[in-house]
Amino acid sequence: MQFNGRAHKFGDDVNTDYIISGKYKFKTLDMKKLAKHVMEDLDPHFYEKVAAGDFIVAGTNFGCGSSREQAPLAIKYAGVGAVLAKSFARIFYRNAINTGLPVVECDTDQLEQGDELYVDLTAGVITNRTKGITIPAKPLPTVMIKILNDGGLAPHFKKHGGFNL
Amino acid sequence: MGRTIIEKILSAKSGQEAYAGDIVVAAVDYVMGQDGTAPLAIRAFNDMGGTAVFNRSSVAFVIDHSAPSPNEGVSALHKLMREFAGNCGFCLHDIGTGVCHQVLPESGEVGPGYLIIGADSHTCTYGALNAFSTGVGSTDLAGGMISGQMWFKVPETIKFVCSGVLPAGVYSKDLILHLIGDVTADGATYMSTEYVGEAIEAMSQEARFTMSNMAIEMGAKAGLMEADEKTFAWLRRFTTREFTPVTADHDAVYARVREYDVTKLEPQVARPHRVDNVAPVSREAGKTIHQAVIGTCTNGRLEDLRIAAGILGGRKIHRDVRLIVAPASRRVFLDAMAEGIIQLLVEAGAALVTPGCGPCVGTHNGVPADNETVISTANRNFKGRMGNSSAEIYLASPATVAASALTGKITDPREFL
Ligand code: SF4
Repeated sequence: MQFNGRAHKFGDDVNTDYIISGKYKFKTLDMKKLAKHVMEDLDPHFYEKVAAGDFIVAGTNFGCGSSREQAPLAIKYAGVGAVLAKSFARIFYRNAINTGLPVVECDTDQLEQGDELYVDLTAGVITNRTKGITIPAKPLPTVMIKILNDGGLAPHFKKHGGFNL
Repeated sequence: MGRTIIEKILSAKSGQEAYAGDIVVAAVDYVMGQDGTAPLAIRAFNDMGGTAVFNRSSVAFVIDHSAPSPNEGVSALHKLMREFAGNCGFCLHDIGTGVCHQVLPESGEVGPGYLIIGADSHTCTYGALNAFSTGVGSTDLAGGMISGQMWFKVPETIKFVCSGVLPAGVYSKDLILHLIGDVTADGATYMSTEYVGEAIEAMSQEARFTMSNMAIEMGAKAGLMEADEKTFAWLRRFTTREFTPVTADHDAVYARVREYDVTKLEPQVARPHRVDNVAPVSREAGKTIHQAVIGTCTNGRLEDLRIAAGILGGRKIHRDVRLIVAPASRRVFLDAMAEGIIQLLVEAGAALVTPGCGPCVGTHNGVPADNETVISTANRNFKGRMGNSSAEIYLASPATVAASALTGKITDPREFL
Protein backbone atom coordinates (compact mmCIF):
# COMPACT_ATOMS: atom_id res chain seq x y z
CA MET A 1 0.00 0.00 0.00
CA GLN A 2 1.59 3.28 -1.15
CA PHE A 3 0.29 6.83 -1.11
CA ASN A 4 1.41 10.21 -2.40
CA GLY A 5 0.04 13.51 -1.14
CA ARG A 6 0.40 16.64 0.93
CA ALA A 7 0.32 16.94 4.71
CA HIS A 8 -2.48 18.76 6.52
CA LYS A 9 -1.23 19.32 10.03
CA PHE A 10 -3.27 19.23 13.24
CA GLY A 11 -2.33 19.12 16.94
CA ASP A 12 -2.81 16.66 19.82
CA ASP A 13 -6.13 15.20 21.03
CA VAL A 14 -8.16 15.79 17.87
CA ASN A 15 -11.45 14.33 19.13
CA THR A 16 -14.32 12.80 17.20
CA ASP A 17 -16.48 15.89 17.79
CA TYR A 18 -13.88 17.93 15.88
CA ILE A 19 -13.64 15.33 13.13
CA ILE A 20 -17.39 15.28 12.61
CA SER A 21 -19.74 17.12 14.94
CA GLY A 22 -22.60 15.16 16.55
CA LYS A 23 -25.03 17.69 15.13
CA TYR A 24 -24.40 16.36 11.61
CA LYS A 25 -23.83 12.69 12.17
CA PHE A 26 -27.24 11.97 13.58
CA LYS A 27 -29.00 13.33 10.52
CA THR A 28 -27.85 11.19 7.63
CA LEU A 29 -26.12 8.07 6.43
CA ASP A 30 -24.85 9.90 3.36
CA MET A 31 -21.10 10.00 4.02
CA LYS A 32 -20.46 12.33 1.08
CA LYS A 33 -22.63 14.94 2.78
CA LEU A 34 -20.94 14.39 6.14
CA ALA A 35 -17.50 14.64 4.54
CA LYS A 36 -18.16 18.30 3.68
CA HIS A 37 -18.10 19.08 7.42
CA VAL A 38 -15.03 17.06 8.31
CA MET A 39 -12.66 18.92 10.71
CA GLU A 40 -14.68 22.11 10.29
CA ASP A 41 -14.47 23.26 13.92
CA LEU A 42 -10.66 23.20 13.61
CA ASP A 43 -10.38 24.41 10.00
CA PRO A 44 -13.61 25.58 8.32
CA HIS A 45 -12.06 25.23 4.83
CA PHE A 46 -10.43 21.82 5.26
CA TYR A 47 -12.80 20.03 2.88
CA GLU A 48 -12.07 22.50 0.06
CA LYS A 49 -8.32 22.36 0.62
CA VAL A 50 -7.84 18.60 0.77
CA ALA A 51 -6.96 16.82 -2.49
CA ALA A 52 -7.53 13.10 -3.10
CA GLY A 53 -4.75 11.09 -1.45
CA ASP A 54 -3.64 13.86 0.95
CA PHE A 55 -2.76 13.04 4.54
CA ILE A 56 -4.03 14.21 7.88
CA VAL A 57 -0.97 14.55 10.12
CA ALA A 58 -1.51 14.93 13.87
CA GLY A 59 0.04 14.60 17.32
CA THR A 60 -1.00 12.25 20.10
CA ASN A 61 -4.39 10.65 20.86
CA PHE A 62 -5.98 11.27 17.45
CA GLY A 63 -9.69 10.35 17.36
CA CYS A 64 -10.36 10.37 21.10
CA GLY A 65 -13.94 10.63 22.28
CA SER A 66 -16.95 8.95 20.80
CA SER A 67 -17.26 5.61 19.04
CA ARG A 68 -18.79 7.26 15.97
CA GLU A 69 -17.61 5.45 12.88
CA GLN A 70 -18.74 8.47 10.94
CA ALA A 71 -15.37 9.98 11.99
CA PRO A 72 -13.06 7.71 9.92
CA LEU A 73 -15.72 7.47 7.18
CA ALA A 74 -16.02 11.26 6.83
CA ILE A 75 -12.22 11.47 6.58
CA LYS A 76 -12.16 8.72 3.98
CA TYR A 77 -14.98 10.24 1.93
CA ALA A 78 -13.22 13.62 1.99
CA GLY A 79 -10.52 11.87 -0.05
CA VAL A 80 -7.86 11.55 2.65
CA GLY A 81 -5.47 8.68 1.86
CA ALA A 82 -4.26 7.96 5.39
CA VAL A 83 -3.98 9.49 8.86
CA LEU A 84 -0.48 9.81 10.34
CA ALA A 85 -0.28 10.49 14.08
CA LYS A 86 1.95 9.92 17.08
CA SER A 87 -0.81 7.85 18.69
CA PHE A 88 -4.49 7.07 18.21
CA ALA A 89 -7.44 6.56 20.54
CA ARG A 90 -8.28 2.87 20.45
CA ILE A 91 -11.89 2.94 19.21
CA PHE A 92 -10.98 5.31 16.37
CA TYR A 93 -8.04 3.08 15.47
CA ARG A 94 -10.27 -0.02 15.25
CA ASN A 95 -12.94 1.86 13.34
CA ALA A 96 -10.42 3.18 10.83
CA ILE A 97 -9.11 -0.33 10.09
CA ASN A 98 -12.65 -1.73 10.00
CA THR A 99 -13.73 0.86 7.45
CA GLY A 100 -10.57 0.56 5.38
CA LEU A 101 -8.90 3.88 6.30
CA PRO A 102 -5.13 3.36 6.78
CA VAL A 103 -3.77 4.74 10.06
CA VAL A 104 -0.06 5.09 10.65
CA GLU A 105 1.68 5.56 14.01
CA CYS A 106 4.89 7.55 13.60
CA ASP A 107 6.81 10.56 14.88
CA THR A 108 5.09 13.45 13.12
CA ASP A 109 7.28 16.27 14.43
CA GLN A 110 9.17 16.58 11.16
CA LEU A 111 6.08 16.63 8.96
CA GLU A 112 4.72 20.11 8.38
CA GLN A 113 1.73 21.72 6.75
CA GLY A 114 1.98 21.38 2.98
CA ASP A 115 4.93 18.92 2.94
CA GLU A 116 4.89 16.45 0.05
CA LEU A 117 4.87 12.92 1.47
CA TYR A 118 5.27 9.42 0.11
CA VAL A 119 3.94 6.75 2.46
CA ASP A 120 4.80 3.08 1.96
CA LEU A 121 2.66 1.17 4.47
CA THR A 122 4.00 -2.22 3.52
CA ALA A 123 7.61 -1.19 4.02
CA GLY A 124 6.71 0.99 7.02
CA VAL A 125 8.50 4.07 5.67
CA ILE A 126 7.40 7.68 5.23
CA THR A 127 9.41 9.91 2.90
CA ASN A 128 9.12 13.65 3.35
CA ARG A 129 10.00 14.79 -0.18
CA THR A 130 9.88 18.47 0.73
CA LYS A 131 12.48 18.02 3.45
CA GLY A 132 14.34 15.09 1.86
CA ILE A 133 14.10 12.85 4.95
CA THR A 134 12.61 9.46 5.79
CA ILE A 135 10.78 8.48 8.98
CA PRO A 136 10.01 4.94 10.16
CA ALA A 137 6.37 3.96 10.76
CA LYS A 138 5.20 1.44 13.38
CA PRO A 139 4.15 -1.75 11.56
CA LEU A 140 0.49 -2.73 11.83
CA PRO A 141 -0.37 -5.99 13.66
CA THR A 142 -1.09 -8.89 11.29
CA VAL A 143 -4.77 -9.00 12.28
CA MET A 144 -5.21 -5.45 11.06
CA ILE A 145 -3.29 -5.96 7.84
CA LYS A 146 -5.59 -8.88 7.04
CA ILE A 147 -8.68 -6.72 7.58
CA LEU A 148 -7.22 -3.76 5.69
CA ASN A 149 -6.18 -5.96 2.78
CA ASP A 150 -9.75 -7.21 2.48
CA GLY A 151 -10.90 -3.56 2.33
CA GLY A 152 -12.33 -3.44 5.87
CA LEU A 153 -14.21 -5.73 8.25
CA ALA A 154 -17.43 -5.88 6.20
CA PRO A 155 -15.72 -7.21 3.04
CA HIS A 156 -13.61 -9.46 5.32
CA PHE A 157 -16.78 -11.00 6.79
CA LYS A 158 -18.39 -11.32 3.41
CA LYS A 159 -15.33 -13.05 1.99
CA HIS A 160 -14.72 -15.46 4.89
CA GLY A 161 -18.20 -15.76 6.42
CA GLY A 162 -16.89 -14.55 9.80
CA PHE A 163 -13.57 -13.78 11.48
CA ASN A 164 -10.62 -15.31 9.69
CA LEU A 165 -7.72 -13.83 11.61
CA MET B 1 1.42 -16.05 36.67
CA GLY B 2 -1.40 -14.05 38.27
CA ARG B 3 -4.01 -12.36 36.15
CA THR B 4 -5.96 -9.09 36.20
CA ILE B 5 -9.76 -8.99 35.95
CA ILE B 6 -9.69 -8.34 32.22
CA GLU B 7 -7.15 -11.10 31.57
CA LYS B 8 -9.45 -13.52 33.41
CA ILE B 9 -12.60 -12.48 31.57
CA LEU B 10 -10.91 -12.60 28.16
CA SER B 11 -9.39 -15.99 29.01
CA ALA B 12 -12.80 -17.39 29.96
CA LYS B 13 -14.48 -15.98 26.86
CA SER B 14 -11.78 -17.02 24.38
CA GLY B 15 -11.07 -20.45 25.85
CA GLN B 16 -7.32 -19.82 26.12
CA GLU B 17 -4.95 -18.52 28.80
CA ALA B 18 -4.79 -14.88 27.82
CA TYR B 19 -2.32 -12.28 29.05
CA ALA B 20 -1.72 -8.64 28.15
CA GLY B 21 -0.49 -8.34 24.58
CA ASP B 22 -2.22 -11.49 23.28
CA ILE B 23 -4.79 -11.19 20.52
CA VAL B 24 -7.90 -13.31 21.08
CA VAL B 25 -11.24 -13.90 19.41
CA ALA B 26 -13.76 -13.97 22.27
CA ALA B 27 -17.45 -14.82 22.63
CA VAL B 28 -19.57 -11.83 23.63
CA ASP B 29 -22.50 -12.11 26.03
CA TYR B 30 -24.37 -9.02 24.92
CA VAL B 31 -24.29 -6.54 22.04
CA MET B 32 -25.80 -3.05 22.09
CA GLY B 33 -26.26 -0.21 19.61
CA GLN B 34 -27.79 3.26 19.97
CA ASP B 35 -29.35 5.66 17.47
CA GLY B 36 -26.08 7.42 16.65
CA THR B 37 -24.31 4.17 15.72
CA ALA B 38 -26.91 1.48 14.92
CA PRO B 39 -27.97 2.84 11.50
CA LEU B 40 -24.41 2.49 10.16
CA ALA B 41 -24.19 -0.95 11.79
CA ILE B 42 -27.31 -2.03 9.91
CA ARG B 43 -25.62 -0.99 6.69
CA ALA B 44 -22.45 -2.90 7.65
CA PHE B 45 -24.60 -5.92 8.66
CA ASN B 46 -26.07 -5.98 5.15
CA ASP B 47 -22.66 -5.41 3.52
CA MET B 48 -21.35 -8.41 5.47
CA GLY B 49 -24.12 -10.56 4.07
CA GLY B 50 -25.77 -10.91 7.50
CA THR B 51 -29.17 -12.57 7.60
CA ALA B 52 -29.79 -13.08 11.34
CA VAL B 53 -28.34 -12.09 14.71
CA PHE B 54 -26.39 -14.74 16.60
CA ASN B 55 -28.86 -14.76 19.51
CA ARG B 56 -32.03 -12.69 19.64
CA SER B 57 -32.00 -12.36 23.41
CA SER B 58 -28.41 -11.04 23.48
CA VAL B 59 -28.83 -8.01 21.23
CA ALA B 60 -30.56 -4.68 21.88
CA PHE B 61 -30.89 -1.25 20.30
CA VAL B 62 -31.62 1.84 22.39
CA ILE B 63 -33.02 5.08 20.98
CA ASP B 64 -31.62 7.67 23.37
CA HIS B 65 -29.30 10.15 21.67
CA SER B 66 -31.92 12.13 19.75
CA ALA B 67 -35.11 11.03 21.42
CA PRO B 68 -37.82 11.99 20.58
CA SER B 69 -36.60 12.73 17.07
CA PRO B 70 -35.91 16.44 16.43
CA ASN B 71 -36.09 16.28 12.59
CA GLU B 72 -37.00 14.13 9.60
CA GLY B 73 -33.45 12.87 9.01
CA VAL B 74 -33.29 11.39 12.52
CA SER B 75 -36.86 10.07 12.22
CA ALA B 76 -35.88 8.07 9.14
CA LEU B 77 -32.91 6.54 10.99
CA HIS B 78 -35.09 5.67 14.01
CA LYS B 79 -37.58 4.00 11.68
CA LEU B 80 -34.77 2.00 10.07
CA MET B 81 -33.71 0.78 13.54
CA ARG B 82 -37.25 -0.20 14.55
CA GLU B 83 -37.80 -2.15 11.34
CA PHE B 84 -34.45 -3.90 11.55
CA ALA B 85 -34.90 -4.90 15.21
CA GLY B 86 -38.45 -6.04 14.43
CA ASN B 87 -37.35 -8.15 11.47
CA CYS B 88 -34.48 -9.74 13.40
CA GLY B 89 -36.66 -10.23 16.48
CA PHE B 90 -34.47 -8.55 19.10
CA CYS B 91 -35.28 -5.93 21.70
CA LEU B 92 -35.51 -2.21 20.88
CA HIS B 93 -35.76 0.22 23.79
CA ASP B 94 -37.64 3.12 22.26
CA ILE B 95 -37.68 6.83 23.19
CA GLY B 96 -38.21 7.59 26.84
CA THR B 97 -36.74 4.33 28.14
CA GLY B 98 -33.50 6.13 28.93
CA VAL B 99 -29.78 6.37 28.21
CA CYS B 100 -28.40 3.05 26.96
CA HIS B 101 -25.90 2.82 29.83
CA GLN B 102 -28.66 3.00 32.40
CA VAL B 103 -31.15 0.92 30.41
CA LEU B 104 -28.80 -2.02 29.91
CA PRO B 105 -27.88 -2.55 33.60
CA GLU B 106 -31.56 -2.07 34.53
CA SER B 107 -32.57 -4.69 31.96
CA GLY B 108 -30.79 -7.30 34.07
CA GLU B 109 -28.91 -8.52 31.00
CA VAL B 110 -25.40 -7.58 32.15
CA GLY B 111 -23.46 -8.45 35.27
CA PRO B 112 -20.24 -9.78 36.80
CA GLY B 113 -17.96 -11.75 34.49
CA TYR B 114 -19.86 -10.83 31.33
CA LEU B 115 -18.31 -9.53 28.12
CA ILE B 116 -20.37 -6.80 26.46
CA ILE B 117 -19.69 -4.71 23.39
CA GLY B 118 -21.67 -1.57 22.73
CA ALA B 119 -21.44 0.85 19.86
CA ASP B 120 -21.01 3.75 22.24
CA SER B 121 -17.77 4.83 23.86
CA HIS B 122 -19.23 4.91 27.39
CA THR B 123 -20.10 1.21 27.32
CA CYS B 124 -17.24 0.92 29.84
CA THR B 125 -19.86 1.99 32.45
CA TYR B 126 -20.78 -1.63 33.35
CA GLY B 127 -17.24 -2.18 34.59
CA ALA B 128 -18.76 -1.05 37.87
CA LEU B 129 -20.74 -4.31 37.76
CA ASN B 130 -17.52 -6.30 37.32
CA ALA B 131 -18.21 -6.84 33.61
CA PHE B 132 -15.75 -6.23 30.78
CA SER B 133 -17.80 -3.93 28.62
CA THR B 134 -16.28 -1.73 25.99
CA GLY B 135 -17.14 0.68 23.23
CA VAL B 136 -16.76 -0.27 19.58
CA GLY B 137 -17.77 1.23 16.26
CA SER B 138 -20.64 0.30 13.99
CA THR B 139 -18.76 -2.26 11.87
CA ASP B 140 -17.53 -4.12 14.96
CA LEU B 141 -21.10 -4.00 16.25
CA ALA B 142 -22.35 -5.57 13.01
CA GLY B 143 -19.68 -8.29 13.22
CA GLY B 144 -20.72 -8.95 16.83
CA MET B 145 -24.42 -9.11 15.97
CA ILE B 146 -23.79 -11.71 13.27
CA SER B 147 -21.11 -13.85 14.89
CA GLY B 148 -21.44 -13.28 18.65
CA GLN B 149 -17.69 -12.78 18.60
CA MET B 150 -15.13 -10.01 18.54
CA TRP B 151 -11.34 -9.84 18.37
CA PHE B 152 -9.46 -8.12 21.19
CA LYS B 153 -5.93 -7.24 22.05
CA VAL B 154 -5.73 -8.13 25.75
CA PRO B 155 -4.82 -4.84 27.44
CA GLU B 156 -2.45 -4.04 30.24
CA THR B 157 -4.08 -2.62 33.37
CA ILE B 158 -3.53 0.45 35.51
CA LYS B 159 -4.69 -0.03 39.10
CA PHE B 160 -6.07 2.95 41.03
CA VAL B 161 -5.96 2.45 44.78
CA CYS B 162 -8.21 5.01 46.48
CA SER B 163 -7.95 5.15 50.27
CA GLY B 164 -9.57 7.42 52.85
CA VAL B 165 -13.10 8.77 53.15
CA LEU B 166 -14.60 11.31 50.74
CA PRO B 167 -15.49 14.52 52.64
CA ALA B 168 -19.07 15.86 52.70
CA GLY B 169 -19.98 17.57 49.41
CA VAL B 170 -17.35 15.59 47.49
CA TYR B 171 -18.53 12.72 45.31
CA SER B 172 -17.36 9.96 42.99
CA LYS B 173 -17.58 12.46 40.09
CA ASP B 174 -15.04 14.68 41.82
CA LEU B 175 -12.75 11.72 42.35
CA ILE B 176 -12.88 10.50 38.76
CA LEU B 177 -12.32 14.04 37.44
CA HIS B 178 -9.31 14.28 39.73
CA LEU B 179 -7.91 10.95 38.45
CA ILE B 180 -8.42 11.97 34.81
CA GLY B 181 -6.72 15.32 35.42
CA ASP B 182 -3.85 13.42 36.95
CA VAL B 183 -3.29 10.71 34.32
CA THR B 184 -4.49 12.90 31.37
CA ALA B 185 -6.84 12.19 28.47
CA ASP B 186 -4.58 9.60 26.89
CA GLY B 187 -2.90 8.30 30.04
CA ALA B 188 -4.61 4.91 29.79
CA THR B 189 -4.96 4.52 26.01
CA TYR B 190 -5.15 0.85 24.90
CA MET B 191 -5.29 -0.12 28.62
CA SER B 192 -7.79 -1.37 31.15
CA THR B 193 -8.22 0.19 34.60
CA GLU B 194 -9.17 -1.29 37.97
CA TYR B 195 -10.47 0.80 40.87
CA VAL B 196 -9.94 -0.56 44.38
CA GLY B 197 -9.60 0.65 47.96
CA GLU B 198 -11.79 1.72 50.84
CA ALA B 199 -13.09 4.85 49.05
CA ILE B 200 -14.47 2.65 46.27
CA GLU B 201 -15.87 0.09 48.73
CA ALA B 202 -17.68 2.88 50.60
CA MET B 203 -19.40 4.14 47.44
CA SER B 204 -22.95 3.23 46.51
CA GLN B 205 -23.36 1.16 43.35
CA GLU B 206 -24.75 4.25 41.59
CA ALA B 207 -21.71 6.33 42.51
CA ARG B 208 -19.45 3.56 41.19
CA PHE B 209 -21.10 3.69 37.75
CA THR B 210 -19.92 7.32 37.46
CA MET B 211 -16.30 6.24 37.97
CA SER B 212 -16.41 3.42 35.40
CA ASN B 213 -18.36 5.57 32.94
CA MET B 214 -15.46 8.02 32.64
CA ALA B 215 -12.65 5.47 32.20
CA ILE B 216 -12.78 6.22 28.47
CA GLU B 217 -11.92 9.85 29.22
CA MET B 218 -8.39 8.68 30.01
CA GLY B 219 -8.44 6.55 26.87
CA ALA B 220 -9.12 3.26 28.70
CA LYS B 221 -10.82 0.22 27.23
CA ALA B 222 -12.46 -0.67 30.54
CA GLY B 223 -13.00 0.65 34.08
CA LEU B 224 -13.34 -2.43 36.24
CA MET B 225 -14.32 -2.97 39.85
CA GLU B 226 -14.76 -6.11 41.92
CA ALA B 227 -18.29 -7.15 42.81
CA ASP B 228 -19.42 -7.01 46.45
CA GLU B 229 -22.67 -7.22 48.42
CA LYS B 230 -23.73 -3.79 47.13
CA THR B 231 -23.25 -4.94 43.54
CA PHE B 232 -25.41 -8.01 44.10
CA ALA B 233 -28.05 -6.09 46.03
CA TRP B 234 -28.31 -3.67 43.11
CA LEU B 235 -28.51 -6.48 40.56
CA ARG B 236 -31.19 -8.33 42.51
CA ARG B 237 -33.59 -5.43 41.90
CA PHE B 238 -33.48 -6.21 38.19
CA THR B 239 -32.71 -9.90 37.69
CA THR B 240 -32.68 -13.34 39.26
CA ARG B 241 -29.79 -14.41 37.05
CA GLU B 242 -26.75 -15.95 38.76
CA PHE B 243 -23.38 -14.36 38.09
CA THR B 244 -19.86 -15.51 38.82
CA PRO B 245 -17.77 -12.56 40.01
CA VAL B 246 -14.18 -12.18 38.83
CA THR B 247 -11.38 -11.00 41.10
CA ALA B 248 -7.83 -10.04 40.25
CA ASP B 249 -5.11 -12.40 41.52
CA HIS B 250 -2.93 -10.98 44.29
CA ASP B 251 0.11 -11.49 42.05
CA ALA B 252 -1.51 -10.04 38.92
CA VAL B 253 0.84 -7.89 36.86
CA TYR B 254 -0.07 -4.21 36.45
CA ALA B 255 1.43 -1.67 34.05
CA ARG B 256 1.18 0.89 36.86
CA VAL B 257 -0.34 1.23 40.32
CA ARG B 258 -1.41 4.71 41.41
CA GLU B 259 -2.40 5.56 44.96
CA TYR B 260 -4.68 8.35 46.09
CA ASP B 261 -5.85 9.51 49.50
CA VAL B 262 -9.29 11.07 48.98
CA THR B 263 -9.59 12.53 52.49
CA LYS B 264 -8.70 16.08 51.48
CA LEU B 265 -10.21 16.05 48.00
CA GLU B 266 -12.23 19.16 47.10
CA PRO B 267 -15.10 19.36 44.60
CA GLN B 268 -13.60 19.44 41.09
CA VAL B 269 -14.47 20.88 37.68
CA ALA B 270 -13.19 20.05 34.21
CA ARG B 271 -12.70 23.32 32.35
CA PRO B 272 -13.21 23.96 28.62
CA HIS B 273 -12.41 22.26 26.27
CA ARG B 274 -10.73 19.20 27.74
CA VAL B 275 -11.91 16.63 30.25
CA ASP B 276 -8.40 16.48 31.76
CA ASN B 277 -8.28 20.26 32.28
CA VAL B 278 -9.30 19.72 35.91
CA ALA B 279 -9.13 22.11 38.87
CA PRO B 280 -10.78 22.45 42.29
CA VAL B 281 -14.13 24.28 42.05
CA SER B 282 -12.72 27.00 44.30
CA ARG B 283 -10.35 28.08 41.53
CA GLU B 284 -13.18 28.67 39.02
CA ALA B 285 -15.79 29.92 41.51
CA GLY B 286 -17.58 33.09 40.42
CA LYS B 287 -17.56 32.38 36.68
CA THR B 288 -21.00 33.30 35.25
CA ILE B 289 -23.05 30.43 33.78
CA HIS B 290 -26.09 30.50 31.50
CA GLN B 291 -27.19 26.88 31.46
CA ALA B 292 -26.93 24.03 33.95
CA VAL B 293 -27.50 20.39 33.02
CA ILE B 294 -28.17 17.48 35.38
CA GLY B 295 -28.42 14.06 33.73
CA THR B 296 -26.57 11.82 31.22
CA CYS B 297 -25.10 8.35 31.61
CA THR B 298 -22.54 9.82 34.01
CA ASN B 299 -24.81 11.45 36.59
CA GLY B 300 -28.51 11.08 35.79
CA ARG B 301 -29.30 8.37 38.34
CA LEU B 302 -31.67 8.51 41.31
CA GLU B 303 -28.91 9.31 43.78
CA ASP B 304 -27.71 12.18 41.57
CA LEU B 305 -31.20 13.69 41.34
CA ARG B 306 -31.60 13.24 45.10
CA ILE B 307 -28.35 15.11 45.76
CA ALA B 308 -29.41 17.92 43.41
CA ALA B 309 -32.86 18.14 45.02
CA GLY B 310 -31.20 18.34 48.43
CA ILE B 311 -29.61 21.61 47.33
CA LEU B 312 -32.36 22.97 45.08
CA GLY B 313 -35.37 21.96 47.21
CA GLY B 314 -37.21 24.99 48.63
CA ARG B 315 -35.01 27.40 46.66
CA LYS B 316 -35.24 29.00 43.21
CA ILE B 317 -32.61 28.88 40.51
CA HIS B 318 -31.00 32.18 39.44
CA ARG B 319 -33.23 34.14 37.03
CA ASP B 320 -30.54 34.21 34.32
CA VAL B 321 -29.95 30.45 34.36
CA ARG B 322 -31.76 27.62 32.54
CA LEU B 323 -31.62 24.33 34.44
CA ILE B 324 -32.25 21.22 32.33
CA VAL B 325 -32.79 17.89 34.06
CA ALA B 326 -32.83 14.60 32.12
CA PRO B 327 -33.36 11.48 34.28
CA ALA B 328 -31.14 8.65 33.03
CA SER B 329 -34.09 6.29 32.57
CA ARG B 330 -37.84 5.91 32.91
CA ARG B 331 -37.17 3.79 36.02
CA VAL B 332 -35.10 6.63 37.53
CA PHE B 333 -37.82 9.14 36.57
CA LEU B 334 -40.54 7.05 38.25
CA ASP B 335 -38.46 6.46 41.39
CA ALA B 336 -37.63 10.17 41.60
CA MET B 337 -41.32 11.04 41.24
CA ALA B 338 -42.26 8.59 43.98
CA GLU B 339 -39.71 10.21 46.28
CA GLY B 340 -40.96 13.73 45.54
CA ILE B 341 -37.63 14.70 43.96
CA ILE B 342 -39.12 15.74 40.62
CA GLN B 343 -41.57 18.04 42.42
CA LEU B 344 -38.70 19.78 44.23
CA LEU B 345 -36.63 20.17 41.06
CA VAL B 346 -39.50 21.55 38.97
CA GLU B 347 -40.56 23.95 41.75
CA ALA B 348 -36.97 25.20 41.87
CA GLY B 349 -37.24 26.06 38.17
CA ALA B 350 -35.88 23.00 36.37
CA ALA B 351 -37.02 22.13 32.84
CA LEU B 352 -37.48 18.33 32.69
CA VAL B 353 -36.71 16.58 29.41
CA THR B 354 -37.29 13.00 28.22
CA PRO B 355 -35.17 10.30 29.90
CA GLY B 356 -32.25 9.81 27.51
CA CYS B 357 -29.09 11.68 26.56
CA GLY B 358 -30.77 15.09 26.77
CA PRO B 359 -28.56 17.98 25.61
CA CYS B 360 -25.30 16.03 26.14
CA VAL B 361 -24.33 15.59 22.51
CA GLY B 362 -25.78 18.67 20.86
CA THR B 363 -28.64 17.25 18.84
CA HIS B 364 -31.54 18.77 20.79
CA ASN B 365 -32.94 19.60 24.23
CA GLY B 366 -30.84 22.70 24.97
CA VAL B 367 -28.17 23.75 22.50
CA PRO B 368 -26.36 26.76 24.03
CA ALA B 369 -26.19 30.16 22.26
CA ASP B 370 -22.92 31.70 21.03
CA ASN B 371 -20.39 32.40 23.78
CA GLU B 372 -22.60 30.99 26.53
CA THR B 373 -21.22 29.01 29.45
CA VAL B 374 -22.72 25.68 30.50
CA ILE B 375 -22.05 23.63 33.62
CA SER B 376 -23.03 19.99 33.21
CA THR B 377 -22.85 16.65 34.99
CA ALA B 378 -21.87 14.98 31.69
CA ASN B 379 -18.54 13.39 30.82
CA ARG B 380 -17.31 15.48 27.86
CA ASN B 381 -16.70 19.19 27.38
CA PHE B 382 -15.11 19.16 23.93
CA LYS B 383 -15.52 22.28 21.85
CA GLY B 384 -18.82 22.01 19.97
CA ARG B 385 -19.95 19.02 22.04
CA MET B 386 -23.33 20.51 22.88
CA GLY B 387 -23.89 21.75 19.34
CA ASN B 388 -22.26 25.19 19.50
CA SER B 389 -18.51 25.48 19.11
CA SER B 390 -18.36 28.93 20.70
CA ALA B 391 -19.97 27.74 23.93
CA GLU B 392 -17.87 26.77 26.94
CA ILE B 393 -18.67 23.64 28.95
CA TYR B 394 -17.61 22.89 32.52
CA LEU B 395 -18.12 19.41 34.00
CA ALA B 396 -18.89 18.83 37.66
CA SER B 397 -20.87 16.76 40.17
CA PRO B 398 -24.66 17.09 40.47
CA ALA B 399 -24.13 19.02 43.73
CA THR B 400 -21.82 21.56 42.10
CA VAL B 401 -24.16 21.98 39.12
CA ALA B 402 -27.17 22.45 41.42
CA ALA B 403 -25.35 25.01 43.58
CA SER B 404 -24.19 26.88 40.46
CA ALA B 405 -27.75 26.95 39.09
CA LEU B 406 -28.86 28.71 42.28
CA THR B 407 -26.23 31.45 42.20
CA GLY B 408 -25.75 31.84 38.43
CA LYS B 409 -22.03 31.35 38.97
CA ILE B 410 -19.74 28.36 39.39
CA THR B 411 -20.18 27.60 43.07
CA ASP B 412 -18.71 25.25 45.65
CA PRO B 413 -21.66 23.07 46.74
CA ARG B 414 -20.41 22.95 50.31
CA GLU B 415 -21.91 26.45 50.75
CA PHE B 416 -25.35 24.80 50.55
CA LEU B 417 -24.88 21.69 52.67
S1 SF4 C 1 -25.57 10.69 27.84
FE1 SF4 C 1 -24.00 11.67 26.60
S2 SF4 C 1 -22.16 10.50 26.95
FE2 SF4 C 1 -23.87 9.26 27.69
S3 SF4 C 1 -24.41 7.93 26.00
FE3 SF4 C 1 -25.68 9.76 25.84
S4 SF4 C 1 -24.56 11.17 24.48
FE4 SF4 C 1 -23.13 9.59 25.18
